[in-house]
Amino acid sequence: MKVRVLFFASLREKVKMTEATESMDEGASVGELWNRLCQKYDSIEPMTPSVSFAVNREYADRDTLLRDGDEVALIPPVSGGR
Amino acid sequence: MFEIHDKPIDVSTLIAAVSDPEAGAIATFIGTTRNNNEGRDVTTLEYEAYAEMAIAEMERIGEQARAQWPIRSIAIAHRIGVVPIGEASVVIAVSSPHRAAAFEASRFAIDRLKEVVPIWKKEHFDGGEVWIGSQTGQPFPSGESGPRR
Repeated sequence: MKVRVLFFASLREKVKMTEATESMDEGASVGELWNRLCQKYDSIEPMTPSVSFAVNREYADRDTLLRDGDEVALIPPVSGGR
Repeated sequence: MFEIHDKPIDVSTLIAAVSDPEAGAIATFIGTTRNNNEGRDVTTLEYEAYAEMAIAEMERIGEQARAQWPIRSIAIAHRIGVVPIGEASVVIAVSSPHRAAAFEASRFAIDRLKEVVPIWKKEHFDGGEVWIGSQTGQPFPSGESGPRR
């Protein structure tokens, strides 16, 4: 199956692109996709503790299972302020 | 009214959007770009959004505000791209029959927006630039394990 991956902000700058298509085995999870991406782009690996995920524009967990055609956004910490 | 765009935000547009004959109060919150942060002189700020999801999350904040306070209407606008120092990057307007609900709901909306809406801020300062939040390694406030809590 294929999923569309969106990169934003600091992640976008590290991989130097805004989106990519990844081929994954059926039943792969968000966490497995992240691990795959870390292997391809080792500069993003240090963001493992802080990155969040959205699948089809809803926040998702690392355990969330992916389906063909899903849009997966990698979400660095949002803008903060106090 | 929930919107994200790269032009200056017109506060009067948001006030008009929440104006209501049954309202006795309209509270507005304006987040502006500050010229310093953590001892650095900030020269400019730049915002980036996952716009489709950000709008959906803003709508959800509106629903949560309506569920908690007797408000009439809420509007949120966020500017993206380069925002010069001293200008509005985010504006929230809330109308309610009595003022307490408008104040409380607008406070809730900006706090929640900063936690869950996928918009990122890059600070440019003399000698460098940094994405705010990315250096803390903490995606959500301590005590929260995820955005949906």
